[in-house]
Amino acid sequence: MSILNVEKLTKSFGDVEVLKGVSFSLEEGEVLSVIGSSGGGKTTLLRCINFLETPDTGRITVEGKTAFEGDPSRVNEKQYTPFIDRNVQHSLGLVFQQFNLFPQYSVLGNLTLAPRLAAKKREDFKTAKKEIYAEIDEKALSILKATGLSEKKDNYPCQLSGGQQQRVAIARALMLSPAILCFDEPTSALDPELTGEVLKVIRELRESGHTMIIVTHELEFARRVSDKIIFMANGLIEEMGTPDEIFENPKSEKTRSFIQTDYLSAN
Amino acid sequence: MIARFLEQFPIVFASLNVGFLQTLKLFFVTLVGALPLGLIIAFGSMSSFKPLSAVVKTVIWIVRGSPLMIQLLILYYFPGLVFGANIWGQGETGRFVAASVAFIINYACYFAEIYRGGIQGVPKGQAEAGQVLGLNKRQVFFKITLMQMIKRIVPPMSNEIITLVKDTSLARIIALQELIWAGQSFLKGSQGIAGAIWPMFFTAVYYLAFSAILTVLFSKIEKKMSYFKV
Ligand SMILES: Nc1ncnc2c1ncn2[C@@H]1O[C@H](COP(=O)(O)OP(=O)(O)OP(=O)(O)O)[C@@H](O)[C@H]1O
Ligand SMILES: [Mg+2]
Repeated sequence: MSILNVEKLTKSFGDVEVLKGVSFSLEEGEVLSVIGSSGGGKTTLLRCINFLETPDTGRITVEGKTAFEGDPSRVNEKQYTPFIDRNVQHSLGLVFQQFNLFPQYSVLGNLTLAPRLAAKKREDFKTAKKEIYAEIDEKALSILKATGLSEKKDNYPCQLSGGQQQRVAIARALMLSPAILCFDEPTSALDPELTGEVLKVIRELRESGHTMIIVTHELEFARRVSDKIIFMANGLIEEMGTPDEIFENPKSEKTRSFIQTDYLSAN
Repeated sequence: MIARFLEQFPIVFASLNVGFLQTLKLFFVTLVGALPLGLIIAFGSMSSFKPLSAVVKTVIWIVRGSPLMIQLLILYYFPGLVFGANIWGQGETGRFVAASVAFIINYACYFAEIYRGGIQGVPKGQAEAGQVLGLNKRQVFFKITLMQMIKRIVPPMSNEIITLVKDTSLARIIALQELIWAGQSFLKGSQGIAGAIWPMFFTAVYYLAFSAILTVLFSKIEKKMSYFKV
């Protein structure tokens, strides 16, 4: 069973159809990169998977559970609302291009905020609050250690470099142990000399078996880190394949010219 | 002349203090009422339910677009004209209740607009980050947006609150016995002193001292929140 299934997903903003029927699946432990030129719908796809946008039609299944289902033959009916199950959000994590750290919380506070709130739903919360919070702190510290941020735990986001902020954002997403971790251009807002430290963290996550979807313009990185690559153009998957297939032997003319202008010119 | 001033001073000072106490009471009651009411009005004006936001926006326009002095007069006298009875109660207590209601409504509308600016100024990505971390709308507001909004609104709020200090004097129009009223009484004649203008001048000292204290307080709050940037 695939960990994520996306079937014929469509999404329009007003009259503009941004996703025109996107289908793909992801297996546990796989790393998928999504590349493509600007405006192709990559961010929209990621936002749909994470419930930040509601798709129009199609189906999204996460770990076998249907998260979204919209019937194309009924979307035009006034009283029709697509099926949506936001509980699946627990299985997903998203790292934004602009980090979106919470400025009023320290690094540790950013990591522990959501897990602490989630813990309130536990039956043993009242009796074991201290222990639960201690557990959460411990997990946060070990994740900070793994991302090389132990010394920054008491700093506030405004005191960190962009690269450090993005690593905190990754650590924050990891706190909820998402089954699938998504990234939307995690290094695009960074100075070139700071991208390396973030990409290194992502590579290490791959080593430890995390399932990830990475929207990126870093083609060389995508090639090295991914099991699968999707090339998106105009709201459709133009081509999907292994890094070698996409980079060495693209079937589509669009893929070829994108790779040539974007990648070969840089290398 | 100095001798007369020294003779009048204790009497005037005691009276002004009583007036100032009433000014302070009106000030704090207005804050306690208008600070939370403003938040409710702000949410009303941002509601996606169009009829609600339209009504709230109209109320804000009326309240901000007309002088507080007129609002005080209408609120205090209009019910009496219509129902034939003063609904606010007798004497100073009645005047105080009416003034409080007028001030709370007026200031809540000003605060609401400041709150709205503060809330809308928080980047959308903050709520989205909270949402993907599994926080519900309530948690997003109280745990993420609120603090950033407070930091954004401290400077405009301190302006507005210092204006309130001076605006309390408008309650004089319905004869609330606040600081200005107390000062003016010595012009008309009270406790054996008449035709004295200096007590009126002297009231300014109270307003200045009080706004100085508030200014210091607000800069302390700003400093306290400087550990993070928004
Ligand atoms: N909220 C929105 N309202 C209207 N149009 C939108 C909205 N979000 C995205 N779009 C449009 O959808 C199209 C796809 O946008 P999207 O951000 O998904 O592209 P992208 O592939 O991520 O591009 P980039 O590489 O520049 O990040 C664009 O034409 C964009 O203008
Ligand atoms: Mg994008």
